[in-house]
Amino acid sequence: MSAEAIATFESSLDEIGVELVRTTADEFASTLSPLLDAPTVGTSLPFETVSLPDSVDTDPSIADLEAAATGVTAAGYGIADYGSVIIQGGTDGEEPVSLYADEHVAVVAASDVLPDMDATFDQLAEDIRNGVGQSIIATGPSATADMGSLVTGAHGPMDVTVVLLEDK
Amino acid sequence: MSADTRRQKAERIRHLLDTEGDAVHENTQVFNEGRYESTANLDDYDELKNEARAIKEDAIERLPELVDQVTEAVEANGGSVYVADDAADANRYIEEVVDGRDVVKSKSMTSEEIEVNESLEARDGDVWETDLAEFVLQVADEAPSHIVAPAIHKSREEIAALFNEVFDPEEPLETAEELTRFAREYLGEKILDAEVGMTGANFVTADTGTLALVTSEGNARKCVQATDTHVAVAGVEKLVPSVEDLQPFVELIGRSGTGQDITSYISLFTPPSDSPTFGGNELESGDDREFHLVLIDNGRMEMREDDQLRETLYCIRCSACANSCANFQHVGGHAFGGETYSGGIATGWEAGVHGEDSAAEFNDLCTGCSRCVNQCPVNIDIPWINTVVRDRINRGEDGDFDFLVEGLTPDEEPGGVDLQKRLFGNFDTLAKLGSAFAPLSNWAARTGPARSLLERTLGVDSRRELPEFERESLVEWFEKRGPHVGRDEARRQVALYPDAYTNYVRTERGKAAVRVLEALDIRVDVPPAGESGRAPLSQGMVSTAQSNADAVYDALAPAIAAGHDVVVIEPSDLAMFHREYERLLPEDDYAALHEQSYELMEYVYGLLENGGDIDVLPGGDDERIAYHSHCQQRTLDLEPYTVAVLEDCGFDVTTSDVECCGMAGSFGYKSEYYELSVDVGETLVDEFTTEDTADRTVVASGTSCLEQLDALLTRRPAHPVRLLDTQ
Repeated sequence: MSAEAIATFESSLDEIGVELVRTTADEFASTLSPLLDAPTVGTSLPFETVSLPDSVDTDPSIADLEAAATGVTAAGYGIADYGSVIIQGGTDGEEPVSLYADEHVAVVAASDVLPDMDATFDQLAEDIRNGVGQSIIATGPSATADMGSLVTGAHGPMDVTVVLLEDK
Repeated sequence: MSADTRRQKAERIRHLLDTEGDAVHENTQVFNEGRYESTANLDDYDELKNEARAIKEDAIERLPELVDQVTEAVEANGGSVYVADDAADANRYIEEVVDGRDVVKSKSMTSEEIEVNESLEARDGDVWETDLAEFVLQVADEAPSHIVAPAIHKSREEIAALFNEVFDPEEPLETAEELTRFAREYLGEKILDAEVGMTGANFVTADTGTLALVTSEGNARKCVQATDTHVAVAGVEKLVPSVEDLQPFVELIGRSGTGQDITSYISLFTPPSDSPTFGGNELESGDDREFHLVLIDNGRMEMREDDQLRETLYCIRCSACANSCANFQHVGGHAFGGETYSGGIATGWEAGVHGEDSAAEFNDLCTGCSRCVNQCPVNIDIPWINTVVRDRINRGEDGDFDFLVEGLTPDEEPGGVDLQKRLFGNFDTLAKLGSAFAPLSNWAARTGPARSLLERTLGVDSRRELPEFERESLVEWFEKRGPHVGRDEARRQVALYPDAYTNYVRTERGKAAVRVLEALDIRVDVPPAGESGRAPLSQGMVSTAQSNADAVYDALAPAIAAGHDVVVIEPSDLAMFHREYERLLPEDDYAALHEQSYELMEYVYGLLENGGDIDVLPGGDDERIAYHSHCQQRTLDLEPYTVAVLEDCGFDVTTSDVECCGMAGSFGYKSEYYELSVDVGETLVDEFTTEDTADRTVVASGTSCLEQLDALLTRRPAHPVRLLDTQ
């Protein structure tokens, strides 16, 4: 993915109050650690030579999910124009892990950052036809204005951080 | 409508203005301003809208085929599809699936339409709304007042009071954050316990059986993930052919609705989902999850066959029409809705799914100002749908014919049309008589007994000043005076259209227009063309409007055939020529008139741009002006011309940005709507009484706007052309 698209992604994320943390496969572990508030839950990452530290609970109970401060999952894609990450996957529990913790840390490969919605929907249509049952285009934290003013963490995370694997 | 019915209606509106108006106003403004800002950032906004429109047109055209296709796709995925004829049929099926289990729901207007909660609760199951606004309404036992933000009419203080009373928490809840946390935890337990998750669907793709859910809170995701059975309820019109077709909608829906570039979550579920579900304490395999897609007809297939209501099915329920509606902003969806749907497009929905009686309850609140037209992401002509439904409601009324009024109303309508509508719909005849008998008619109309009779029998509010008719009409004045620019020295020739108000009431702006055009070397004629049809159209008297349109075209045809330009002073009449005449005139006539007609100040702008000498017009000398453009003029994007001409002439111009002045032709005269009209007008007055605007000269383009400003401001407003007139 071009440096330009990554720069757009970063500024779009900035506009919605999401921090982008750049790293590489080698430095992933040391970059991730300070971003995790315990207790932490997660699902295994699909990137070669990249894995979650042992402190992350990858087989949480419902109570663990509800108590988690941080949930770490991979994101299938990012969308540069909107600062969105796309949560895909199924049986490993990407959906509950990304949804119940106070903060969601989404790990995305630079090569998976798509420029815009047109490109995104071409990709998602292909994925759905190949059997991907769930793609959540998530943009910033959950939010509601229903109680009189804007509050984040309505039913989902109140903070989102994106970790970008620049060499993936 | 009887005087009593009018009084009751006025009382209900007053009550809503007092109790819900402020919260609705504040919240819709945020959405509305957000939409202007967010859509302005799109490079290809119009292109996206056209694309979205084309997808919906195609989908509705091929709907039966798409229903078959989605059924095949969902079944291949392991789910079921049920096409329900109506609400009872849908509820019967859902009850069987739910089978007494507890249900957690995410927000869905379609499920409100079939009243599924009541149906399930009658069978002993618990049903919890997990969308926070819907939860508030469930606790308060109230109906939604907005299709996107159903509790928009409630303030934080009211919600806090409600929660503190019902739940009696240890520490009283106060802030929005505390209320949100409380609801999240309370509903979190319900989600944990429930076995059935119910959602709506903003879109369903026929090719893959994918549901697209547009949300911000995350509750829809939880309802699907945490439960063993997912029931999705959607109108059949939610089908689009393919996943790729979702793209323009995803870019438009958040911006159009709440003014967000995109909502927090666009969930694409192709159920049944294999995401783990909640067991007792552990996450369990979701492989056995059941999925039921309930597609609801409930009148939609008939709407599809209806040439006028069909467009309603293109609606993506974004609420831009409601948010951009001045009346909605002030009174909200509890006045502006039927059994389920509220706001601009709701008339179409209610007429289609619940029938004309439900639509009739609020149809008159659409003044046809057309501000919603450009805001609709699928280009639905919402005022036209409202007009057609009004016409059908008129035709359904029993006759209440009065020969006194018949004499004044040489129209094409059946006897049942309400007398008040008939009066306003025949304004041209009334004005002609008023002018012929002026000043006696003006004096007579102003007497106490006459006003009280007008109020009692016709619902003309006695607090509203009546128009004062001129004895000499603009056409008569011009016939006597003749043109002052010879054919040989004229740069161009123009037919100045004498709308009924300019012709009989505000002749001074007509005369000013003639002089200004002549100063710019234009040979002007003022042909006696009658009322454009705007007046009857706004009362839902479509046949009368059509015959007026024919007569106007006949009167202007010689000028059009000779290649002259048609210049229109009243923006609502220009809007008739450019928009509604497409539906009222033969195609070629419409095209010719559209091509050759201009708004007055737009025309002056064109003349100045093309070599006209600005020095023949009086200089503004930095005079400070507050300009209120007209709603229909803004829809046609004509406001900038007036501003540019005034600024080029040396005036210092500021403009209003309210959607509409609230007078809206006859609306502000009607006793049942007078107070709402004034309430809307006060918002404009606020803009023109700030530190910067309080001492500015007020000008406005529309007759109605001038009347409203005249009534509510101490400064007397005028049409902008009068600033350019040397007399």
